[in-house]
Amino acid sequence: MGAPVPNEANAEGGSARSLLTAVRSALTPAASVLRSLEIDTRMLGMLAALIVIWVAFNVLSGGTFLSARNLWNLSVQSASIAIMATGMVLIIVSRNIDLSVGSMLGFLGYTMAMFQAVWVPQSLGLGLEQPYTWVVTVVIGIVLGAAIGGLQGFVVAYGGVPSFIVTLGGLLVWRGLLFRYQQGQTIAPLDRTFQMLGGGTVGTNVGALGEWPSWILGAVLCLGIVGTLIASRRRKRRYGFPVRPMWAELLVGAVTCGVVLGTVWVANSYPLPPAVAEQYAQEHGIPTPPGGLFIPTGVAFPVVIMLVVTLVVTFLATRRRFGRYVYAIGGNPDAAALAGINVRRTIMLTFALMGSLAAVSAAVQTARLNAAVTSLGVQNELDVISAAVIGGTSFAGGIGTVPGAILGAVVMQSLRSGMVLLLVDSPTQDIVVGIVLVAAVGLDAVFRRRVS
Amino acid sequence: MLTQAPEVPGVAAQRVPLVELRNIHVAFGGVRAVAGVTLDLFPGEVVGVVGGNGAGKTTLMRTLSGARPPDSGQILVNGRPVTIGNPRDAKTFGIETIYQTLALADNLDAPANVFLGRELQTAATLDDSAMESAARKVIGRLNPNFKNFKTPVLRLSGGQRQAVAIARAIHFNARALIMDEPTAALGPAETAQVHDLIRQLKSEGIGIFLVSHDIHDVFDLSERISVMYHGRLVGTVSKNDVTTDEVLGMIILGKPPTKLTRQELAELHG
Repeated sequence: MGAPVPNEANAEGGSARSLLTAVRSALTPAASVLRSLEIDTRMLGMLAALIVIWVAFNVLSGGTFLSARNLWNLSVQSASIAIMATGMVLIIVSRNIDLSVGSMLGFLGYTMAMFQAVWVPQSLGLGLEQPYTWVVTVVIGIVLGAAIGGLQGFVVAYGGVPSFIVTLGGLLVWRGLLFRYQQGQTIAPLDRTFQMLGGGTVGTNVGALGEWPSWILGAVLCLGIVGTLIASRRRKRRYGFPVRPMWAELLVGAVTCGVVLGTVWVANSYPLPPAVAEQYAQEHGIPTPPGGLFIPTGVAFPVVIMLVVTLVVTFLATRRRFGRYVYAIGGNPDAAALAGINVRRTIMLTFALMGSLAAVSAAVQTARLNAAVTSLGVQNELDVISAAVIGGTSFAGGIGTVPGAILGAVVMQSLRSGMVLLLVDSPTQDIVVGIVLVAAVGLDAVFRRRVS
Repeated sequence: MLTQAPEVPGVAAQRVPLVELRNIHVAFGGVRAVAGVTLDLFPGEVVGVVGGNGAGKTTLMRTLSGARPPDSGQILVNGRPVTIGNPRDAKTFGIETIYQTLALADNLDAPANVFLGRELQTAATLDDSAMESAARKVIGRLNPNFKNFKTPVLRLSGGQRQAVAIARAIHFNARALIMDEPTAALGPAETAQVHDLIRQLKSEGIGIFLVSHDIHDVFDLSERISVMYHGRLVGTVSKNDVTTDEVLGMIILGKPPTKLTRQELAELHG
């Protein structure tokens, strides 16, 4: 997806081409700089598009869009889609598709709600609010998610049924099964600790890190980034490979750390609601200053979860054999098999991973709702697939990145959130998102043809 | 005239073949692609495997590389019967294959392709630097001008892609090499390079099955030539005992040279 997305939407075929040529020639001097930075130009284009979207909505909404409050909410809304999009990237990269993620999410969320609100307190007679409930619930959800995702993957890989069909079946089956639990009644309320996973506030339990832990998280991430850059440079030096010029290294480090710390700063600029803040201050013996209380909310737990998921899946995708094989299979399945790769097992594992990620998202979504409802996760598969595709994942296979999908999820959610602020009705939102999806992929195809 | 062993000095004393295929059968549905073929390969020897389109050359070689296990027949490595059920098995016996299609993952870079399925690892992660370093060495040996170690192999030229495929086969101390049409997609200079490489590998004691359409290539490089015709082995001949016309006769008419008549030979020239 290139920078000129918004302009491109109103341009016609012919002028689109000339615009494209103009953009490319304008970018030529920047190309050598980009080469030194070794940054993916696609990612840069997406970032540029995101900035354009943000600034445009901010202007149109009179400054509301880029307020700490809206950005904080945007981060929470993006998280559950982004979590699943990381897994969807690997599925699509290996030339498959998973249409069942929304239904899996519903089924898994419902199961987790049943466990904590019905089975433990009533069936086992242990009562509500057990200290271990939240963690056992999440573990059960993830294991069950891996099992049902793995089952679909097994049918795809070993049964030879196309993934489109298998997961289309899954979409119906998992949604249908959910109604077997309690004839589709809403399951609520949920465990209070569990609810914090959704980023909401229950009494004085805030589903976010708070001020100092957020800064510490930011600092740890920055140290990680700097450490990775240094380690990579050293390794290249040791093998005598070319390294980036020092200024490029510093710029990359500074910008990424800046983004991380900026995010923390925004999250910490969003105060707790006054009522919560007051109660919190009382409990912690904080005196109320004359200007009123300002207790920072900090980075929301769903965002922390998304961060962990992103790191784990990126690690799997880029640093482990599993990921290498997923990309190899997507690039050339025959070559992968001839190289001795266990193609079937790898495919099955991608689906199992997708199922467990659906469980993580299910935990976030049910926790946020403080209930399991039958419509949980409906149409999420479309958002997840769109996020992956807007993020540069190709249906031809072999191409796509986890960070790209995260950005794609944020782009999608920014559009929706911005339109909500502008009071655009829901059907119109769908129309816009649909057009953006097709335009983004179309533009990408044009750019790719030009490059190759 | 049909020979059983190569006439290569130094290995003549060594009577155990590196690889033996005995009475191999492969059928696809009702089509008998390979019917009872027996072949052997000695260290330091190039055996040309020739035949027309659909003669079964590639299918026969795929039984040895593990891509398509035979329906029946026996494979021996160093005189011992072995089972090659998949490509990984073949590689553990030191049998490497350079496929006609090259079998590269186009979206991955050269080092990733060289080590595909056999990645180097540190404690918990892929060791990309070590793989790149090793790939630079082995590809550099084949093509000193090769520079694009970070780009997907999709963007490389035919010769460069060939170098990656060959590097993958020779990096892991192959003892037997299957080369399926290794020069079909190459220009004259690159073809000459591949020929030099084959001679060099031969001198290192590696046995090579060279599958080719090009009878001149085969005569240039091989000690023995095995001719296939409609899934059968017409015969294996020593290069020094036959003319190219006689081999052409075997390919086109499916008859060993002893059974070829002068008239048939004359007709080959139209």
